[in-house]
Amino acid sequence: MMEITEGSHAVAEAVRLCRPQVVSAYPITPQTHIVEALADFVANGKLDAEYITVENELSALSACVGASAAGSRAYSATTSQGLMLMAEVVFNAAGMRLPIVMSIANRAMGAPLSIWNDMQDSISLRDAGWLHFYAEDNQEATDLHFLAFKVAEDPSVQLPVFVCFDGFILSHTYEPVDILTQEQADTFLPAFAPAEKLDAKDPISFGMYATPEYYLEFRYETNEAQKRAKDAIVKYGKEFGALFGRDYSAMIEEYRLDDADTAIVAMGSMCGTIKDAIDEMREEGKKVGLLRIRVFRPFPIEEVAKALAHVKRIAVLDKNVSLGSRGGATAIEVRDALYGSTIPVKGYILGLGGRDIRKKDIKEIVSLCEKGIGDQFYGLRKELI
Amino acid sequence: MAEKKNTCDLFDCGHRACGGCGASLTARLVTEAAGPETIVVSSTGCMEVFSTPYPETAWKVPWIHSLFENAAAVASGIDAALKKQGRKEKIVIMGGDGATFDIGMISISGAFERGHDFTYICYDNEAYMNTGIQRSGATPLDASTTTSPAGSQSFGNKRPKKDMPAILAAHGAPYVATASIAYPADLRQKVEKAINTKGPCYVQVHAPCCTGWGFEGEQTIAIAKLAIETGLWPNFEMVDGKVTKVKKVVRKPVTEYLKTQKRFRHLFKPKLQEAEIAAIQAIADRNAEKYGLDIKLPPKKE
Repeated sequence: MMEITEGSHAVAEAVRLCRPQVVSAYPITPQTHIVEALADFVANGKLDAEYITVENELSALSACVGASAAGSRAYSATTSQGLMLMAEVVFNAAGMRLPIVMSIANRAMGAPLSIWNDMQDSISLRDAGWLHFYAEDNQEATDLHFLAFKVAEDPSVQLPVFVCFDGFILSHTYEPVDILTQEQADTFLPAFAPAEKLDAKDPISFGMYATPEYYLEFRYETNEAQKRAKDAIVKYGKEFGALFGRDYSAMIEEYRLDDADTAIVAMGSMCGTIKDAIDEMREEGKKVGLLRIRVFRPFPIEEVAKALAHVKRIAVLDKNVSLGSRGGATAIEVRDALYGSTIPVKGYILGLGGRDIRKKDIKEIVSLCEKGIGDQFYGLRKELI
Repeated sequence: MAEKKNTCDLFDCGHRACGGCGASLTARLVTEAAGPETIVVSSTGCMEVFSTPYPETAWKVPWIHSLFENAAAVASGIDAALKKQGRKEKIVIMGGDGATFDIGMISISGAFERGHDFTYICYDNEAYMNTGIQRSGATPLDASTTTSPAGSQSFGNKRPKKDMPAILAAHGAPYVATASIAYPADLRQKVEKAINTKGPCYVQVHAPCCTGWGFEGEQTIAIAKLAIETGLWPNFEMVDGKVTKVKKVVRKPVTEYLKTQKRFRHLFKPKLQEAEIAAIQAIADRNAEKYGLDIKLPPKKE
């Protein structure tokens, strides 16, 4: 049913429809509206879950580890500082192959303290073994939660998932969102039935200690599961599309990219602005297109390489920076995907800590890219430095 | 007496603990008391490492280890999951003193405040043994460890043990007890009581470590007994915050206990450190007064 609603509320509705049995979370801006809504659902009998009000984020995800290992569908939500406090558990949950789903209302990392949006938080944990989904709008932020549980719990995958959407820009914005009915959700996402769990009837040990003779293979297996997640995303993304008309089988989205000379590569909500800017640039005769990355882990290397093979230049926009490197995480991945190609790739760090990204910024970046200028922070206030 | 099922193999042989390890004995006694319908959550530490070198495990009950500091939070999640699934297994946490007194303190406080249904067993060997005998909040006054070494300017650990049972009693825990591997029947009884009490319960088990404390493996039980007999380890039970049961003793001087272990050797050699020993004796005296440890002997007839 179509509703005009706040992003956080739409996400909370999706989570409710996924029927998590254990919700464990700690409040942090801009995630709070999600966990407040879930608490309200539980208090009013709209969600039949145990809601654990933990004392910090480390315990929030730790409780999900326990719940998931005990055979319950487990959910949490956080952002920024909270995500970093739980970082140790983030690696742990993936290593134990527990299909937890966690919403990330993306926010900048301190210091200096910032409650506003960028993607430094989740991107900094890209190597932990979780799948990373990044939403462009609230419809996608909502839908990706169903896909996340479905893919995470697939026996060939068994990995946790971050569903990321930009803090405030999406989480606190009202948009029309089509929210599934419970019946529809149940059709797509059956009850969680793990093959192995903590169970006195069949005792097994979780989280054992591995000597050098065994550790390497554990990491290999987790990486293989990341690869298999691609197939699961395609399969279930298509299934979701067939059922509800919104197909998420592609890990990337191409917008007016077919005949583009300049390709912009980006993730998240800025892609809406980029699409508008592209439409205007196209009217001015500039052949610009967008490649939007929806799934950052597993990274769609082949898909990205193929989609960009024909362009003359590439501008990669990153709302994160790998300090001390040439740029942001997406630019690094795109260069890797295009290794051996002669197409110039230029990276632009922008929008950090909530700095607005406007259509004119996108146009200016395209001009810079055309001149071969890039691998820089964009939009710096020169008077401050 | 009711007949007891032989369930001691729930913590099986073949693990990698040292001969004379107090922690492995704790694991055996606790699982024996808890029975097979138990899920064990271990924090990182000696017990976790010596009992689960992949692909082997000593645990014949379902067992999980996540991290060093989060066992109480993991148990909270299991408690929620069992409740939701209508399952009746009991949850037992096994944490060392470092995991309990220090790094896990926040998650323990949170889980006790929320009132989850589990029994937290702290196997207390009074230092970080897994990493090589570093001091923890449970290390006693003047014990020499690798991070509180005795030296020309130091008598070892500068502070007495943190009073963890009091902290958890203050959380409103319905059942808090101390126990010792030297008294297995008492330990088992306390674990059973904790497990059958609804809500978060705490049992702190004195588990001497021959490697870390510096004594021969066959002395483990004797040394654990001496800790009680000197008043340095008060063995008691608290129900709803009130002390209900205490092991009374005819107290021996603390030197009887201290001189058995290398970690206190500097108090005796090269010379007797009378002031330090007096300070440790004062701790035992305070314990005796607080818990009423002393057996009052009838006055001798002349």
